[in-house]
Amino acid sequence: MINEYGIIGIFLLGGIAFTLVCLVLSWLLSPHKRSVVKESTYECGLETSGVTWVQFKIQYFLYALVFVAFDVETVFLFPWAVAFNCLGMFAFAEMLVFVVILVLGLWYMWKEGALEWN
Amino acid sequence: MIIIFYLFSFLLLAFALGTVLSKNLVHSALLMIGSFFAVAGLYILLQAEFLAMVQILVYVGAIAVLVVFGVMLTRKGSVKDSNLPNRYKKVGALSAVIFFALLVRSIINTSFPAPSSPVVGANTIIQIAQTLLTQYAVAFEALGVLLLVAIIGAIIIGKETK
Repeated sequence: MINEYGIIGIFLLGGIAFTLVCLVLSWLLSPHKRSVVKESTYECGLETSGVTWVQFKIQYFLYALVFVAFDVETVFLFPWAVAFNCLGMFAFAEMLVFVVILVLGLWYMWKEGALEWN
Repeated sequence: MIIIFYLFSFLLLAFALGTVLSKNLVHSALLMIGSFFAVAGLYILLQAEFLAMVQILVYVGAIAVLVVFGVMLTRKGSVKDSNLPNRYKKVGALSAVIFFALLVRSIINTSFPAPSSPVVGANTIIQIAQTLLTQYAVAFEALGVLLLVAIIGAIIIGKETK
């Protein structure tokens, strides 16, 4: 079982090595002439105005909170989906009830206008 | 095998130290995600693949997003010096050492009996699903209700702050 993860490890190392080789090659091959324009943050496009770290809207946090809840739901959907063929009709009904309970949350969210962006 | 364990442990400690010592809270969050990945690697070494999957899905996928949003929403002043608690390095180190000593004490005092037979088979996820959906069916549905309560609570709190 661990050997199967060895393949993932080789992929990971290959990915890192490929990125490093590309970076080093482009650094070796490119001319190293410095200029003001080249070192500006946006070589083309508009200059930014004001600070970059602006305060975000609080609504993002609501989405993140609800996302965590639905993410935890996915954790339980996942083993059910993997074992779907060995589980019977009872498990299917059970998961249906589980999902319906959580869809109630989505319905409440919709009803309260939490999904609206203003 | 033991080398991989040390590799993941080293990565975990390095990322965790970076999280605590970084002055920029956004960098701290990024390094924390790295430590979550290292923990997932340790779970895989322990053959707890489902736990590793949950670790990446929930902690890297959702908790990290929550932390980053929390940073972006509540930040005041410059983000370059936003990780204020890292000024208390000495107090933090002392409390970490005390906590470590407590952990070591309880680890030494606990006996870890080796299982007489291998408890888990090849397909732990299928076993988890079967146990969860048959033996613990009521607990499973109660969990659904708990998640519903969490969603409704989040919406009510989120609406109040508007």
